[in-house]
Amino acid sequence: MAKVKESPWVLHYDGSSCNGCDIEVLASLTPVYDAERFGVVNTGDPLQADILLITGGINTQNLSVVKQLYDQMPRPKVVVAVGTCACTGGIFKECYNILGGADKAVPVDIYVPGCAARPQSIIDGIVQAVELFQKRSDEHDAAVAAAKSGTQAK
Amino acid sequence: MSPIQIIFPILFVILGPFVGGLMDGIDRKLSARLQGRIGPSILQPFYDVRKLMNKQVIGVNRAQYALLLSYLLLMIVTGLLFFSGSDILMSVFVLSTASIFLYFAVVETGSPYNTIASNRELVQIMAYEPAVILMCVGFYLVAGSFNVPDIMQSETIMITRMPGFFIAFLFALAVKLRKSPFDVSTGHHAHQELVQGIKTEMGARNLAIFQIAEWYESALLMGMVALFIVDRRPLSFFFGALLVLAVYLFMILLDNTAARIKYTKMLKIVWIATILFSGLNLLVLMLMR
Ligand code: SF4
Repeated sequence: MAKVKESPWVLHYDGSSCNGCDIEVLASLTPVYDAERFGVVNTGDPLQADILLITGGINTQNLSVVKQLYDQMPRPKVVVAVGTCACTGGIFKECYNILGGADKAVPVDIYVPGCAARPQSIIDGIVQAVELFQKRSDEHDAAVAAAKSGTQAK
Repeated sequence: MSPIQIIFPILFVILGPFVGGLMDGIDRKLSARLQGRIGPSILQPFYDVRKLMNKQVIGVNRAQYALLLSYLLLMIVTGLLFFSGSDILMSVFVLSTASIFLYFAVVETGSPYNTIASNRELVQIMAYEPAVILMCVGFYLVAGSFNVPDIMQSETIMITRMPGFFIAFLFALAVKLRKSPFDVSTGHHAHQELVQGIKTEMGARNLAIFQIAEWYESALLMGMVALFIVDRRPLSFFFGALLVLAVYLFMILLDNTAARIKYTKMLKIVWIATILFSGLNLLVLMLMR
């Protein structure tokens, strides 16, 4: 089983947030918190991403966007919802256009609460996501190996 | 063929990616330290590639994989030509061919980001190519031959006779290594306007291949830098390594202090530097002959 957890690449998607959480996400990459020491790279490219980080709720317009981003990410992948908005819809929940949290669009693995979520808890969420990423990767490798031996047996 | 002409290419094929990857790692660590961060481990680039190899392959199409493999292969061939001591002009031409394969691998996906980035990649090739070819001419004028062993065998230390070519080559190097301010097609940092530039549609295995090819390229280019000093004396290898180190540290500093410029400006700056430094140097060499 290959070790993949040293290299989690994050794709940050800003849903209908107030931008508070987004600033905290970026703060996690600044010198004070420096998420890059875990190998985290903030990539803008779903094809290269391992962890989808969603801030803000899901509305009628970004529903398909989030779904598409998720589909474009190669397996194994992990989804983290950052902030109360992304967890449940938060302060915007009652708005006419808001459908709810990120889990209305894609299966969310880790919920990071807080309004705004603090950089410490965001990094904690990413670290947990990284563990899950490793686990999924092992499962993915096992599945690929099983499929290979299956075709060979035929 | 001397034993060195057999050992060097073998070393290049085996150690090339390690040297290139390590250089990349040192780059990331040093950049982080320059920005007041702790930064990733020096081995981080290797972790990244290992992970990329283990991800599900979602390719835009099959051609991209084949074209990227050709890019990698031609890059290795270039290195083999250079380190086995054949024609330096030849290896430079094969290097350009490799770049063209990269261009095709990028442009054939047809995505808007890639289309813009591939055009910029072509402009980058246009920008650095004159400086690199003139450098070969400079070697010929000083050593009387394009062959790498002959250049190494000549009496003079190259850099003393061709400082202008060296400075122009530094500009080309910054473009080739994709360092700010010349990282217009893709860079080591996220692009605001182009996502990942030419890397946008590369994922998983394809990105890993691209990365390894880039490592080979950095190792090869550093070999070319060393050629400015290295001759038959063993001590010169030491000084060659020092020069490589100095040049690479300078590139990292440049990367961290300069902001990206427009591609038209890049073309102007690099070409003017080439005409000025290489041209003057060429003139002097011609007059001294
Ligand atoms: S959780 Fe709070 S800070 Fe974060 S996006 Fe929602 S409203 Fe803004």
